[in-house]
Amino acid sequence: MASSFSRVLSSKRNVGILSVVGGSLTAGFLLHRQHVNAGAPGRRLYPASAEYPDLRKHNNCMASHLTPAIYAKLCDKATPSGYTLDQAIQTGVDNPGHPFIKTVGMVAGDEESYQVFADLLDPVIKERHNGYDPQTMKHPTDLDASKLQSGHFDERYVLSSRVRTGRSIRGLSLPPACTRAERREVERVVVDALAGLKGDLAGRYYSLSQMTDQEQQQLIDDHFLFDKPVSPLLTCAGMARDWPDARGIWHNNDKTFLIWVNEEDHTRVISMEKGGNMKRVFDRFCRGLKEVEHLIHERGWEFMWNERLGYILTCPSNLGTGLRAGVHVKLPLLSKDPRFSKILDNLRLQKRGTGGVDTAAVGGTFDISNLDRLGQSEVQLVQTVVDGVNYLVECEKRLEKGQDIKVPSPIKQFK
Amino acid sequence: MAKNCHNDYKMKFSSDDEYPDLSQHNNHMAKVLTKDIYAKLRGKSTPSGFTLDDIIQTGVDNPGHPFIMTVGCVAGDEESYEVFKDLLDPVISDRHNGYGPSDKHKTDLNFENLKGGDDLDPNYVLSSRVRTGRSIKGFTLPPHNSRGERRGIEKLSIEALATLEGEFKGKYYPLNGMTDAEQEQLIADHFLFDKPVSPLLTCAGMARDWPDARGIWHNDNKTFLVWVNEEDHLRVISMQKGGNMKEVFRRFCVGLQKIEEIFKKHNHGFMWNEHLGYILTCPSNLGTGLRGGVHVKLPKLSTHPKFEEILTRLRLQKRGTGGVDTASVGGVFDISNADRLGSSEVYQVQLVVDGVKLMVEMEKKLEKGESIDGMVPAQK
Repeated sequence: MASSFSRVLSSKRNVGILSVVGGSLTAGFLLHRQHVNAGAPGRRLYPASAEYPDLRKHNNCMASHLTPAIYAKLCDKATPSGYTLDQAIQTGVDNPGHPFIKTVGMVAGDEESYQVFADLLDPVIKERHNGYDPQTMKHPTDLDASKLQSGHFDERYVLSSRVRTGRSIRGLSLPPACTRAERREVERVVVDALAGLKGDLAGRYYSLSQMTDQEQQQLIDDHFLFDKPVSPLLTCAGMARDWPDARGIWHNNDKTFLIWVNEEDHTRVISMEKGGNMKRVFDRFCRGLKEVEHLIHERGWEFMWNERLGYILTCPSNLGTGLRAGVHVKLPLLSKDPRFSKILDNLRLQKRGTGGVDTAAVGGTFDISNLDRLGQSEVQLVQTVVDGVNYLVECEKRLEKGQDIKVPSPIKQFK
Repeated sequence: MAKNCHNDYKMKFSSDDEYPDLSQHNNHMAKVLTKDIYAKLRGKSTPSGFTLDDIIQTGVDNPGHPFIMTVGCVAGDEESYEVFKDLLDPVISDRHNGYGPSDKHKTDLNFENLKGGDDLDPNYVLSSRVRTGRSIKGFTLPPHNSRGERRGIEKLSIEALATLEGEFKGKYYPLNGMTDAEQEQLIADHFLFDKPVSPLLTCAGMARDWPDARGIWHNDNKTFLVWVNEEDHLRVISMQKGGNMKEVFRRFCVGLQKIEEIFKKHNHGFMWNEHLGYILTCPSNLGTGLRGGVHVKLPKLSTHPKFEEILTRLRLQKRGTGGVDTASVGGVFDISNADRLGSSEVYQVQLVVDGVKLMVEMEKKLEKGESIDGMVPAQK
């Protein structure tokens, strides 16, 4: 289709948002932060010191790095679409801290946010991603699933395997900032592309606002349906606006490849299945992603990506690969061992309850996944999970036999 | 006019592509906002940068309330009511019983004009209360104001309230800085307001930066209370136990006028005009912004088949004793005026006084097993 968007955006998608701003801008535009002046907000009645948020009770990455000087430097800037610093940090101002996790406390409204607000985002990224420095380092992308080794887990312990990531459509603002028209365009672009998937990836789309009661019930039973966000971390960032307009779920007929449209990111892509065949899950993940990318390229679109930050997503915590690969695994003995947390840390893994983030484990069954997102490739991170989960299962077996276990040495982060 | 970059960016997309899906909606905004009106207003912005989408976001995000037809839109500043007249005038008309775009609103805060109100039977009328809101000229409203502005409003309010004397002498408690003991006391007094949880308010951006620059002021007697930077710049409340609405209203009027004088001296009077009266965030509170009410025991009358009709004819509304969206407990109801715009403060409180007096007499009749059919009033 394209209609108004072909007027708005040039056919040279690799120039992306630049064409919206107009004028003679070069492709180098995005690399020169000081040139981004097209979107200065009009109203500033008070000096920066009067507007600086009260972060004394706050414990999130934004609050740790937003000094009054940085605030003063950035508060009058805006991205070409008009997204401002105050908007980017609102979620972190409104949510002082999470009891267990140090939250990021800010979001990006569009691809350019990561440039325009780099003075704040770079230190936040560095803290969140264990010292990754976007100014000097490059992020490796590798979706060659054939490189994965020993991806078959012992199914007496591993109940299910899953890999998820997100993808953003270049040229359209992200969920905190997108207009209704932009959000609808994301839906159109993605749904149109997914209709081209074939074979084991063929499937269909269910729009949240138009699904029948039956379809809704089926999606709930399959544990596929996502609901309007209730977490204030998301609602305060504006991601739930206009719900459920242009939101939906696509899945293949086999129910092993699933895409969420316009939830916390433009798209969330999930490959999953019961059992321990992580190799097949990852293979389908990579294949599906590459196929979708090919389909959107055919239509003149592309994903947001650059070599500093990898795939660009709404939350800085999901930069790089945006990948969380995990399993549901039974570790009743190991999880009670006092060394459990240390073992996980050294393996660069994290545990969650089986309901996902912020849930508790049930019956000794845990969700175990990679901690890292940025600075290592998809293949490397999934390998980390494979090696780590194999080690955990070995530990569980040893404890069953009354044997002792060893805490492994910490593995290197940036390879 | 201030440049609104994001709105300029949005104008590149067609009006039809931006028009919200209101097919499931039941609020005043959704009933009025046609595609034509959307197209006409979407390019506009108030001088401070508030746009049509800002006005309607809460109504798009909240399709409908189970019991009340909500307004579905808010103002971001005084100018919103002018710049977005084409939407807000019809909404105001629907909400305020046909109030027209050129109608004039009467303000009367002369408490001596109230007749009676000091003799409501305290065996039935447990407490009396009058509240309103005030917006301070020169600042934008809670959906839109920046932290700097909100702090400016707080600072000005603290200065103004600190000068009050006599029965109005009191103290300010900032939400972000009260001691645990102070917080306990304010909760026990039922004065403490909490961060809004209603999506009607949060989707309009009124809870941003909570609890920065929010607070509660009350007089030493605990009969006059001011909320700062909650849903409006100021909410002013006069209350006491028992049925002496006359005294509550006197204190209300005197206190408001004292406060207004002080703000005027600082060159920041209250937002008011002769068409819409006092300007507040929600169009439902225009005019007097006044809700005058009592907690009254009406166990028999409230179960009488004509109860709703009586309330309607008296231009009154009922709520549970927890306020809006709560149920009544033990036959005790919160009864207050239904109207805000098009009649004065005195007139609205008079309706409450006369109406409650009548309903208490009806309750007494029903207690004696007598009929009240002859007492049902004509439509006010």
